[in-house]
Amino acid sequence: MRITPKLATLLVLAALVAITPFFFPSGYYYRVGALIFVNGIAVTGIVILTGYAGQISLGHAGFAGIGGYACALAPVHLGLHPALAVVLGAAVSALLAYLVGRPILRLKGYYLGVATLGFGILVSMVLNNERDLTRGPDGIDVPELGLRALLKDQGLNLTNGEFWYFFCGICLILGAWIALNLHDSPAGRALRALHGSEVAARTVGIDVARMKLSAFVISAVYASVSGSLLALQNKFITPDVAGFMHSIEMVTMAVLGGVGSVLGAILGAGILTLLPQVLTVFAEYEQMVLGLVMVLVMIFLREGLLPSILRRLRGRGE
Amino acid sequence: MKKTLTTTALGLLAALGLTTAAFAEIRIGASISATGPAAFLGDPEAKTLEMLVEEANAAGGINGEKIELVLYDDNGDPNKARTFATRLVEDDEVVAIIGGTTTGTSMSILSVAEDAEVPFVSLAGAIDIIQPVKPFTFKTPHTDRMACQKIFEDMKKRGFTKIGLISGTDGFGASMQAQCKSVVADYGIEIVADETYDPKDSDMTAQLTKVRNAAGIQAVLNPGFGQGPSIVTRNYKQLGIELPFYQSHGVASAGFIELAGAEAAEGVRLPGNALLIPELLADGDAQKPVVTAYKAAFETKTGTPVGTFGGYAHDGFLLVTDAIGRADSAEPQAIRDALETTKGLAGATGIYTMSAQDHLGLDLSAFRMLEIRGGKWTLVE
Repeated sequence: MRITPKLATLLVLAALVAITPFFFPSGYYYRVGALIFVNGIAVTGIVILTGYAGQISLGHAGFAGIGGYACALAPVHLGLHPALAVVLGAAVSALLAYLVGRPILRLKGYYLGVATLGFGILVSMVLNNERDLTRGPDGIDVPELGLRALLKDQGLNLTNGEFWYFFCGICLILGAWIALNLHDSPAGRALRALHGSEVAARTVGIDVARMKLSAFVISAVYASVSGSLLALQNKFITPDVAGFMHSIEMVTMAVLGGVGSVLGAILGAGILTLLPQVLTVFAEYEQMVLGLVMVLVMIFLREGLLPSILRRLRGRGE
Repeated sequence: MKKTLTTTALGLLAALGLTTAAFAEIRIGASISATGPAAFLGDPEAKTLEMLVEEANAAGGINGEKIELVLYDDNGDPNKARTFATRLVEDDEVVAIIGGTTTGTSMSILSVAEDAEVPFVSLAGAIDIIQPVKPFTFKTPHTDRMACQKIFEDMKKRGFTKIGLISGTDGFGASMQAQCKSVVADYGIEIVADETYDPKDSDMTAQLTKVRNAAGIQAVLNPGFGQGPSIVTRNYKQLGIELPFYQSHGVASAGFIELAGAEAAEGVRLPGNALLIPELLADGDAQKPVVTAYKAAFETKTGTPVGTFGGYAHDGFLLVTDAIGRADSAEPQAIRDALETTKGLAGATGIYTMSAQDHLGLDLSAFRMLEIRGGKWTLVE
């Protein structure tokens, strides 16, 4: 069997998820791992929207907020099981992305960025101000997912940290698998074509507006699921999850690692999630180091870390 | 290229493991928002903790054992706070956690602390942190509800029955607004105007005009936090509103008078704590030596005026070290049990007496009604 890039990516991911725990000195590393995977899921969505279709969103944290608050609110108000709340959150996010995306995806470049930014800020404002429903900026409790207890009954006794590590890891691999399948499908090729040139794409018969909209909706679902997983894992959520900085973080992670490559973007998520943990000794310089890394990557490795490094390695091999 | 990558990877791992390398007898953890939007709270808290640990170790530690402080900066992000709490519990294996500068970060830390059965002393205001009582969670700041009660008590004494509220929409303002509305009726006071502003707004004259025009209004209260209340105070003066003006404990610091300007802040009343007025306290006051010593030490060390928030951290540290001392053990369970039996402990914020039902241990006497006169705090009794 030939190892395609898709299979290679999935194998690398699966190996990382399965093997790294053997090197964890304490339970805390499971938590960091789970966070990397959660961010990785959101960033995979950004790869579809920005890497494949070439559209920019500065408001994706808004969808993460919807996903997160769906898990907090639906079980209490609608009596839904938290797992179904994840689905509901994703559905609401998809619907909103569809409604919002229809008009704003007609915009290009900066205008699109600003319109999505506005959307993200709106969601964050609603979460902050609708105090009767969301309990405002202090945050709200999220019910237990219950899957861990279920596994325990089946004889698989995992600690909370271990459970979320593997659960988010599996979700990430699934998400990556879907994104990679999309990459090689006719729809994915259409997206990449319109990324190259909208005019050219239109002349070969691609419905540009529809394709852009589907990319936006799909990436919104990724962000929503990542928000849900974060909320369920923390058992608590605040409107920060929908904040502007979170949107920027998602884009930064993707661009840093390589927005055209799923594995690269996940690497970016890994680096930016680890960085604050590594830099605790000089927390004051964290933002500076982050800025410096971004500037250096943008100047010297414009495609992002992973694609640029792979290219250089390959170049040397030939 | 490959070699540099490996070196970087090793470097990362080494940095991750760095904090576990050091040894200490008693390890206390803290996750504080020393930077980020809540930095004005977290920065003095972090400095206070560092200073107190140094002092305690110079004096020989607790029962002869040295203390090591593992301090993380969570940027005010609840998600990061949870990660750091996990790190403190799982990796650093601390015996107690102090921190949670904001309500959001505290709520995140407390679920980790409760799961791991490690005592946690929060430095945030909301009553939800300790109500319902959770076995391992305690807190030092008085609640918003108590601040409302103290203010309404003073209003009642002055014979006001119709008042206006102008609140920030941030966590602090929103929570205090809700708490004030729920206790106001106990004092026979009616809220005739209820306005809000965004903490990032730079002008609140529109809301204040509406408040002023409410029929029969006798006094105004501004539950808020950060710079919003300073702007409200300046606008209040600019509009020439003559009604008595109350601020909350959220702005009980010298920084507030500075931001609002001594002229605009003239006559503003707020519930503050003993820390702001050590020289005005009576000689027999149990808090007097504590606040005088802390104020002197903090101001010499940092060169900045002492504030209410640093005081919360001071008390958090005091509670934990006192409990370790009394329990004569650094086992989390023993510390928790000792914390719960804290009795008559004079801190910077008030005098703490905990019980199984009360994990805050302060009453209304912890608040002192202060009035700003000529840019200085004065005591109203």
